[in-house]
Amino acid sequence: MANLSAKKGRDISVVLCGQAGQGIQTVEKLFTRILKANGYHVFATKEYMSRVRGGMNSTLIRISDKPVCAFIDRIDILVGLNKGTVKHLKKRITPETMIIGEMGVLGDEVENKNRLLDIPFSEIAANIGSKIYSNTVAVGALISMLSVKPEEVIDCLKQFFKDKSQEILEKNIEALKAGYEKAVNLENFSSIKIKAAAINEVKKQILVNGSEAVGLGAIAGGCNFISSYPMSPSTAVLVFLAQNSRDFGILAEQAEDEISAINMAIGAWYAGARAMVTTSGGGFALMTEGISLAGMLESPMVIHLAQRPGPATGLPTRTEQGDLELALYAGHGEFPRIIFAPGTLEDAFYLTQKAFNIADKFQIPVFILTDQYFIDSYYNTEPFNLKNCTVEKHFIETSENYRRYKLTEDGISPRGIPGFGRGLVCADSDEHDQEGHITEDLELRIKMVDKRLKKLDLIKQESIPPELLGPENYENLIICWGSTINIINEAVSNLGRKDTAVLYFKQVYPLHESANKLINKASKTIVVENNAAGQFARLLKIHADVNISHNILKYDGLCFASDSIAEKIKKLL
Amino acid sequence: MKSEKFDMGDIDIAWCPGCGNFGILNVLKKTLDELKIDPGNLVLVSGIGQAAKIPHYLKTNFFNGLHGRALPPATGIKASNPSLTVIAESGDGDMYGEGGNHFIHTIRRNPDITNIVHNNMVYGLTKGQASPTSQRGFVTPVQVAGVILEPFNPLAVAIALNAGFVARTFIGDMDKTIEIFKKAINYKGYALVDVLQPCVTFNKINTYQWFRDNTYYLEDSYDSHDRNTAFKRATEPDKLPLGIFYINPDKTPFEENTGVYQQNDTPLFNREVDYGKLESLISKYALV
Repeated sequence: MANLSAKKGRDISVVLCGQAGQGIQTVEKLFTRILKANGYHVFATKEYMSRVRGGMNSTLIRISDKPVCAFIDRIDILVGLNKGTVKHLKKRITPETMIIGEMGVLGDEVENKNRLLDIPFSEIAANIGSKIYSNTVAVGALISMLSVKPEEVIDCLKQFFKDKSQEILEKNIEALKAGYEKAVNLENFSSIKIKAAAINEVKKQILVNGSEAVGLGAIAGGCNFISSYPMSPSTAVLVFLAQNSRDFGILAEQAEDEISAINMAIGAWYAGARAMVTTSGGGFALMTEGISLAGMLESPMVIHLAQRPGPATGLPTRTEQGDLELALYAGHGEFPRIIFAPGTLEDAFYLTQKAFNIADKFQIPVFILTDQYFIDSYYNTEPFNLKNCTVEKHFIETSENYRRYKLTEDGISPRGIPGFGRGLVCADSDEHDQEGHITEDLELRIKMVDKRLKKLDLIKQESIPPELLGPENYENLIICWGSTINIINEAVSNLGRKDTAVLYFKQVYPLHESANKLINKASKTIVVENNAAGQFARLLKIHADVNISHNILKYDGLCFASDSIAEKIKKLL
Repeated sequence: MKSEKFDMGDIDIAWCPGCGNFGILNVLKKTLDELKIDPGNLVLVSGIGQAAKIPHYLKTNFFNGLHGRALPPATGIKASNPSLTVIAESGDGDMYGEGGNHFIHTIRRNPDITNIVHNNMVYGLTKGQASPTSQRGFVTPVQVAGVILEPFNPLAVAIALNAGFVARTFIGDMDKTIEIFKKAINYKGYALVDVLQPCVTFNKINTYQWFRDNTYYLEDSYDSHDRNTAFKRATEPDKLPLGIFYINPDKTPFEENTGVYQQNDTPLFNREVDYGKLESLISKYALV
């Protein structure tokens, strides 16, 4: 039996696999919360099919005594709830992988029966009263790996089932104990025992996923209006804000389509609200005329774009960084914009919060570019600090002779809102004069274009610099943006090379001026991105005038894995 | 019929001489004046087209957005600051064609806005193609053998969707149009006024005279609270009835239903984030 004891720098990866609708989500939720409550660092992410029932979905949970926040291919312990588990994950299963499941379900699939811990989840659950307790039986078996006794997690169960009846809670406690007992009494039990140390600080940390980080950031940024149309994977942000709408006075409206959603949100900004939309793929494609409208009206706008693989419907529940260029060029005509691409939960929170202030300040559309992997991944992190969060309102009380598009030195015309002050606020999608009235004065046209584009200089001055991780005297530079950072950072740290650093861009447009020097300092540069065309590498060449030696691209709908990407990077160094 | 409060003075207006839009502009100014609406508290929202240029010709706040998209921003504006009077006004192509989906769902949503549609049964700004309300057989440079599609019936659609206020007027009768505009603006909820108007340049069929010959007013005894009858009258095959077809006095506007103003009537621009509450929400994620 292989020893899976967590040594320094070694974590345990547990993968749950089953059909949609079977409850692996319950196992994932309960187990990760128990882990964190007991002081283990935890990371979880899922891959799932675009269906409500059936199919094969899997969730990865990493447990460690140091922070973990990246996807890996390696599976130490696999919990299979359905036939087909082994086939679904065969590329990631190794001879060392221990499989927990029912002999009756997985018996035919597992070649080496020594690697199977036979725990009849459904039979144990049925004895307790119903098969629906199978998931909790599985959680009981999982906690047996840790030095955690069932008695120690009863508070977690109480909290988790707080909306259910006393009877359901008691049955679940019984199921958890039964799963635990079954596991510890198995002959090969010791093979799954983990000796990771519990860390006290973890207990105080928060466990949030990407969509929650974006949603909390939006509230912190003063968001009080969201209009959107459901589309995977962006919907979670709409749901989050709708769930919290009553507590925070947020008007959350499901629009008839994405065109309506963005136009409604621009109307809201015009009247002084702080609005956002959340969308994906084709939904964003429909919003592009609205992006252009925001450009022309000089309206603030915050767009959360959770990318998924296209073109068209593509792979609705999978991940990709394929819409960078779409966000960059979306909307007809020329006007400035900002694109943030947070890769950590902390960045997602602070950048979304900042997006509202900066959109208001420069009167432009600001994008938060995430993807399915980011939205559906979570790990424990420090509670977001609200000390530096402020809602900067940049609109003014108008005076009688107010002109919405007054030509100013820096291109920013003070933004009035109707009903606040004595002036009239006239916003026009046509080319307009300073008052906001339609014009075909072509000399004024030039002035207005210049005025809008001039704002880009100011915006650039406030660009967020890319973050350098690793040695400052590097030969090789691994460049990434957005959701891949934690994966790439773990991969490169594990390579342990003193000549290789990571450069992480959380603002991908406009680029900070330091990008050129930081990149050209390296003799070898590798851009890693989750798309087929190397869009960010292209952007860097155009906007930072840099040389890129290699691209590592992935576009099978899955995120990178830190263990396998490390091998690929190693070969190129 | 002059209204100084909303008058822009000597401005260049892009409409053809004799266009029905002039009548609608005058009627609107007079209506707003008589209702004592403050220009600073009014927002006129329009899309694109000849009719959609109307906000440029009267003194008020306006949001002249995209083609077909007047209703979503109008909804967003009203919902963000319910103390504003919001009128969404555009042509038949804009509201019923490009914006057809928004027309349907704005009625369902029921914001307290007035939707005035200049209906001349033709596309003016793009030079004479069929509009959704063009009648069968109407020949245009595109519909060379005449329109073969069923004309869109905005009143029937609105009544079918249980819109709260549904009316049709003809700009040839300004007094009656003012009377109906007033009622529409005072109605608390979504109010549709379809205004028949001729396009003197591109529609040689549906002229002032044609409208006079082919319209008539709903009888004084007509009960505008009966939805079934309203639907029946809206679908009459021959002459087009004018007047208020349907009023549903029992509807609550969207912005009230959202709950955002239930305990706090402050418009959204004047609100602050409750950081204490946010901190406690964040700390909940530290629990199980």
